[in-house]
Amino acid sequence: MSGTVVIRIPTPLRSYTNGADEVALEADTVGQALTTLALLHEGLGERILDADGKPRQFVNIFVGKADLRTLQGLGTSLAPGDVISIVPAVAGGRHEGEG
Amino acid sequence: MKAKDRELAALRARIAEISPSEAQRLQQQGAALIDVREADEIAQGSPPGALRLGRGFLELRVEEAVPDFDQPVVLMCNGGTRSLFAADSLARMGYSTLFSMVGGFSRWKAEGLPFEQPSQLDSLARQRYARHLTIPEVGEEGQAKLMASKVLLIGAGGLGCPAAFYLAAAGVGTLGFVDDDVVDRSNLQRQILHSEAKLGMAKVRSARQTVEALNPTVKVDTYETRLSSANVEEIFAGYDVVVDGSDNFPTRYLVNDACVKLGIPNVHGSVYRFEGQASVFWPGYAKRRGPCYRCLYPEPPPAEFAPSCMEAGVLGVLPGVIGLLEAVETIKLLLGVGDPLVGRLLCYDALKAEFRELELQPNPDCPYCAEGRAFPGYIDYEQFCHGA
Ligand SMILES: [Zn+2]
Repeated sequence: MSGTVVIRIPTPLRSYTNGADEVALEADTVGQALTTLALLHEGLGERILDADGKPRQFVNIFVGKADLRTLQGLGTSLAPGDVISIVPAVAGGRHEGEG
Repeated sequence: MKAKDRELAALRARIAEISPSEAQRLQQQGAALIDVREADEIAQGSPPGALRLGRGFLELRVEEAVPDFDQPVVLMCNGGTRSLFAADSLARMGYSTLFSMVGGFSRWKAEGLPFEQPSQLDSLARQRYARHLTIPEVGEEGQAKLMASKVLLIGAGGLGCPAAFYLAAAGVGTLGFVDDDVVDRSNLQRQILHSEAKLGMAKVRSARQTVEALNPTVKVDTYETRLSSANVEEIFAGYDVVVDGSDNFPTRYLVNDACVKLGIPNVHGSVYRFEGQASVFWPGYAKRRGPCYRCLYPEPPPAEFAPSCMEAGVLGVLPGVIGLLEAVETIKLLLGVGDPLVGRLLCYDALKAEFRELELQPNPDCPYCAEGRAFPGYIDYEQFCHGA
């Protein structure tokens, strides 16, 4: 019953996906999608989920436009074609070491 | 009887009082009608052709406005009291035929006599902002609002420079800059208030010079310091909007906490290479309850997860795009028009040439902005952010 969904990878995490800005995979729930993503790309999982498998405090996850926290969390079910966005906190502006 | 009332009774015995319609008839026959009210009262309306000299400067200005001491003069205020004192003063200066208008402008208006709302803009401002004055959403009233507004920019860097440049052009009355850095050559790829000639100069000074060259009517306040728990409220006091263009997490959390506490809208922007985001964090917005920055990110990333300086970097134009989105949101907030980015995160992907919007919800348990919660106080932001 699994359908193909797309996970958008933010720029700071693209070093884990060989620069890919999107990863398409099969999943029924958001939790499944993120677990599969972590298996496909080593090191990426711990940047998004903590040791208990919960989204980290400085990362927001959206399904379409909606914040995962307003849905059913990692249990949120997905329909084929759904787009998951990962939005980490970015300080922005100047870059340290620039002077 | 109070001294004030004794004095008024004595004035009424000396000075002729006339009704608004009599005042209007005298004005039509060539009398000078002098409105002695304050500027904010006059903004509500004033009889056509009235000389708006103001009570405070009346004696200094009257001779230029009414050179003939025998021309009849009618004085008016809002209720008919200040005009009696004003008439008495002009009598002492030698004006021979003086009247005080009973009931002042309140009665003038109540009697249905004509009045106009005089322009709050001088002719230079009318020229400078001509393209604003023709937009119904701005117009003269909106432009006057912008000119009375105060916006504080956190950082005179990649986001703060373009935002401030356009806010200055738009005529925002006061722009404040907080930055403790100096201009470096590597800034010039995007920080457009600075220039080659200003290398090594304090960014706030450089920003002030460029803003004043563009629009000398803008008042620039500079704070050459790093924002801290100790100075944040003193600096933020009196500002209508804060534009966050900061470059580090401790400042972002401090700006958020102070804005939540003081009820100031926090216009947010961030950039990374070809991607940028903008939002407005303002839990106090009346039409929609949005989150604060802490609702979105309860904690900053630990240092080991923050990208190294070699990895970071940004396309120079990107903070221009995001900084100007921040400027647009700021102007909308100041004017009270349109739908702000409250509860909405606008994401720009330059490589895809795509804008996307994500919906942000307030965290009902947010320690800083949740309903009915006392402000928990400022914290040690450097420690909270692990020095990131
Ligand atoms: Zn909050």
